[in-house]
Amino acid sequence: MRVQMTVNGKAVSGEVAPETLLAQFLRENLRLTGTHIGCDTSQCGACVVLCGGKSVKSCTMLAAQAEGADITTIEGMESPGGELHPLQEAFRQNHGLQCGFCTPGMVMSAADLLRQNPSPSEEEIRHWLEGNICRCTGYHNIVKAVQAVAAAK
Amino acid sequence: MKTFEYHKPSSLDDAAKLLAQADAVALAGGMTLLPVMKQRLNSPSVVVDLAALEDLRGIRENESKGVVLGAMTTHAEVAGDALVREKLPALAELAAGIGDAQVRNRGTVGGSLANNDPAADYPAALLALNGSVHTNKREIAADDFFAGLFATALEEGEIIRHLHFPIPEKAGYKKFPQPASLYALVGVFAAKTNGGVRVAVTGAGSEGVFRVPELEEALGKDFSPESVPEKLSDGVEEKLLNDIHGSPQYRAALITALLRSP
Amino acid sequence: MSDNGHGIGAPVKRVEDFRFLTGRGTYTDDINRPNQTCAFFLRSPHARAQIKSIDAAKAKSAPGVVAVFTGGDMQCGGIPCGWQVTDKNGEPMKEPPHPPLAKDKVSHVGDQVAVVIAESLSAAKDAAELIAVDYEVQTPVVDMEKAIAGGDVVHEEAPGNLCYDWELCTAEGGAKEVDDAIANSAHSVSLRIVNNRLAPNAMEPRAAIGDYDLASGEYTLYTTSQNPHVIRLLMGAFVLGIPEHKLRVVAPDVGGGFGSKIFHYAEEAVVTWASAQIKRPVKWTAERSESFVSDAHGRDHITDVTLALDAEHKFTALKVQTLANMGAYLSTFASCVPTYLYATLLAGVYTTPKICAGVKAVFTNTVPVDAYRGAGRPEATFLLERIVEQAARKLGVDRVELRRKNFIAPDAFPYQTPVALQYDSGDYHSSLEKALAMSDWEGFAARKKESAANGKLRGIGISTYIEACGIAPSAVVGSLGARAGLFEAATVRVHPTGSVTVFTGSHSHGQGHETTFAQIVAEKLGLPMENISIVHGDTAKVPFGMGTYGSRSLAVGGEAISRALNKIAEKARKIAAHLMEADAADVVFANGEFAVKGTDKKKAFAEVSLAAYVPHNFPHKSAHDDGEGLEPGLEEQAFYDPLNFTYPAGCHICEVEVEPETGAVTVAALTTVDDVGRVINPMIVEGQVHGGLAQGVGQALLERAFYDDNGQLLSGSMMDYTLPRAKDMPPLSGLQTATTETLCAHNSLGVKGVGETGTIGSPPAVINAVLDALAERGVTDIQMPATPFRVWSALQEAGK
Repeated sequence: MRVQMTVNGKAVSGEVAPETLLAQFLRENLRLTGTHIGCDTSQCGACVVLCGGKSVKSCTMLAAQAEGADITTIEGMESPGGELHPLQEAFRQNHGLQCGFCTPGMVMSAADLLRQNPSPSEEEIRHWLEGNICRCTGYHNIVKAVQAVAAAK
Repeated sequence: MKTFEYHKPSSLDDAAKLLAQADAVALAGGMTLLPVMKQRLNSPSVVVDLAALEDLRGIRENESKGVVLGAMTTHAEVAGDALVREKLPALAELAAGIGDAQVRNRGTVGGSLANNDPAADYPAALLALNGSVHTNKREIAADDFFAGLFATALEEGEIIRHLHFPIPEKAGYKKFPQPASLYALVGVFAAKTNGGVRVAVTGAGSEGVFRVPELEEALGKDFSPESVPEKLSDGVEEKLLNDIHGSPQYRAALITALLRSP
Repeated sequence: MSDNGHGIGAPVKRVEDFRFLTGRGTYTDDINRPNQTCAFFLRSPHARAQIKSIDAAKAKSAPGVVAVFTGGDMQCGGIPCGWQVTDKNGEPMKEPPHPPLAKDKVSHVGDQVAVVIAESLSAAKDAAELIAVDYEVQTPVVDMEKAIAGGDVVHEEAPGNLCYDWELCTAEGGAKEVDDAIANSAHSVSLRIVNNRLAPNAMEPRAAIGDYDLASGEYTLYTTSQNPHVIRLLMGAFVLGIPEHKLRVVAPDVGGGFGSKIFHYAEEAVVTWASAQIKRPVKWTAERSESFVSDAHGRDHITDVTLALDAEHKFTALKVQTLANMGAYLSTFASCVPTYLYATLLAGVYTTPKICAGVKAVFTNTVPVDAYRGAGRPEATFLLERIVEQAARKLGVDRVELRRKNFIAPDAFPYQTPVALQYDSGDYHSSLEKALAMSDWEGFAARKKESAANGKLRGIGISTYIEACGIAPSAVVGSLGARAGLFEAATVRVHPTGSVTVFTGSHSHGQGHETTFAQIVAEKLGLPMENISIVHGDTAKVPFGMGTYGSRSLAVGGEAISRALNKIAEKARKIAAHLMEADAADVVFANGEFAVKGTDKKKAFAEVSLAAYVPHNFPHKSAHDDGEGLEPGLEEQAFYDPLNFTYPAGCHICEVEVEPETGAVTVAALTTVDDVGRVINPMIVEGQVHGGLAQGVGQALLERAFYDDNGQLLSGSMMDYTLPRAKDMPPLSGLQTATTETLCAHNSLGVKGVGETGTIGSPPAVINAVLDALAERGVTDIQMPATPFRVWSALQEAGK
């Protein structure tokens, strides 16, 4: 079947099998490999992208369900001029990443949080990030990075 | 997952016809269906996506039936909705505590109820509030809806359109999450309505959501944490789950602990 | 040396972050080779069964299938174990065969039975369902104590399911002398400790692509590995018989390892071999549920420990008897973890004079168990810090004072322990005192009172630990039975314009080597960071290496780089001296410039580099080299074999709050003071500590790979295996990390390693805190993980 959507501001389409997950469509059809797959039970959040501005787990959504949707992946977070998104910059400044595998999902998830709640408390940040698992950082610097962006707003 | 035919009908009738086929499943948010399909525990040949059915959307108030949620309303929508927060804050709180943020953005109230996972949150609310399920065929009272683990009164081709949640005088939902999955290890919904007090427990029951008459009786006398007994009578444990996250005794203790917590 | 702000000690932001933050990292699963096929492994659903027959005919003819292979098709060596342990009777350990694809039997749930290679993954999965395996299911061996009690065996080659029965005993009189010492001591205290089995769960699942090039006869394996050269050696030499010059192993960006990606796994060998059979690349990526039953697990010990004390509460003797689970097969490092990396640590930071440790390594029908972050040292530390705590409670003495009294004194170094190791440096008092002050140990009573007013039980716990890192001095581990030397290699190539590429055998999978190692170069050569590249993870680029594990990257790999840099500086100085017509002894090198002492003659590093490659007026070496001339070029290599382990040590303090009605434990505060030697990048060091602490908290409170009696892994997905989340860690204000510094005495950088401090030091601090909280309700012991259910159950039991 054919699917069409907007990904990182560009109209894209592709021929996929119905069972194709959005994550697979992004990684395999569009070669946007910044979206990662870390589990098969929708727990880890490495695959989080924005769908219509809301964070979703792209491994738990069919590409067909994203028909006509506006998708943003980690590759779409930089400004057109190549400047890092404030969250990306804050993760760098605060050492909020180590192996980098969970990082795209963390950044996308945090972006959704800050969209709805521009100045979350530490507790709200930790609660929001329940759907994103990081095995490297112990979350401390991730929470600091999200806070730093919130404080700068 | 195995391949299937994908349909996204734009009318309820078309959806019902598609779902009447053998081996067809309805896809709402997909938060539980897609993971089991990925693991090939469920491999339907037809998937009917309900996302285009406008009739299944929206949140409104109905004078006689209380808060009405479209089946495709997401948990995040329920949690953030001004009407729900005003009339049924316990339900908004329940929705805000389901899964994680991404699950709440996709998962739907109708999908959760139709799936009737023994550890899902909504069944406790529907049962405790004495709500009802409105399908394309009929209205089903909460007491008649749940039929054991992952089983409901829904028939083949029957689609949930709306959920009706009567507005209680007072209600509250407390959950102790299973630490790994964040599903309810025990979730307790207590509601005081003009028809009396109802207490429904999810997560703990070996047959899914269930009511606890002894707690209803105690809370019926005085709807406050102080009136909850410290311990449930021994018989209750017999119908509780036993797994690596908790024994029946532990789950029983959580039921009262949650209700007794301020 | 330099002062350019990027050198040693500077919190330089990481070089690698840009690519990871923008989705430009290249992990193995991101790689696709032309004409690639997809592999799916059919795995055993049974823990123990004989394979009577496999019928793959239907699968072979299914749509999209390229090939199906089973054990009978793959004539090759078995997956080897890298370390040998000799048991106390002088017998070598038992090494049952470990075929990459099962031959006649399966030995754990998840064992590879067949591989289906197809045009797409779904075609491979569909076809795998058509393979008919006739299993004769047998009663599995799951429980270690039952396993050694006689009865069913996992392997005929290992009677009684024993891999080895090993002993490390201080005393000349052996175990009896230690038993006598215990019997003759004024006090003794005993505990049974279960060190819970863990599933490592690096966020990136394992993946491997085999790519055979028919034109050159060369094989390339892209794999999620912490040590590509080790994989090349093990797979090439022992499994597939491919000489090293025909085998390239690439470990690109790797999404965390924590030990689980050290080992050579069957899937790597199968895809490499299969790519030559079908003459197309073969790609496999694990799904998480596969990871749970195929990645080597960690820990899994049952230990009886007794500590004896004299009337003044000085430790007199320690006896330890451990059952260590090996799982169904010996994984690469498995045999050394509960021996050389465990029993040798049992002196801890204490002066216990007599120690005897007996270790029985046991085969069971479970996933192989091997090194997981800390590897052996967390197990040793946990039992020591639990038994010391228990002794303090039993004797009614202050637990901090008891530790102080038994510490090895700061002036006692080098200190020879009774269990083989010689500690080179340390100061356990200073890390303890600093941690006590930072955690406001003295103010705990007030906080406990406040918690009590809210109906909560509050506890505080402490752990003072040491670890042996920088694996490994070849002479030491060689004498212990390692079959490989665990040195490290580095090549430093200075380019004609003065930029530098370092080729290191250490591998970075989150640690930030591309930054830390560059800082060493920046320091030593006075170059800006942007002029330095660190290359790792590809055997075709990096001449040799042993990889990253055991907190060895800096202490061994970094030291190798440092030594190669010294050679570069020395040669460059000769070139500079020649260019400036000065005596090399008069040339000083600082901040990237060579200067002649007492003159204003200077040459920038880049000028000297260029001269090395455009050697128009060089005193070249002649055909009959007299040793005086200079070769053109500026590239040096160093192999570094450490003289000793390094010994990071420190103090971790944890404060918890327990909700008695539900058993829920909240980590309110964690304070760590670690002596990791010289710190190259404090930001990265702190990050390593944070991550280790999360895994330590995970082991103490959340994580457990739980097998039932049928050998089924009940916590086999993230739905049942609890990984720490953001809310499981203390709030920002409650997490304090600091360092103290005693320099490593035997490497020039003075570094000790930081990767494992968190998982080694913190679990006992957390559990001691939980027990401190529960003490008022009569609870005296609890096993890890102290889940809400366990804590609640302990409270019920104590309340009876």
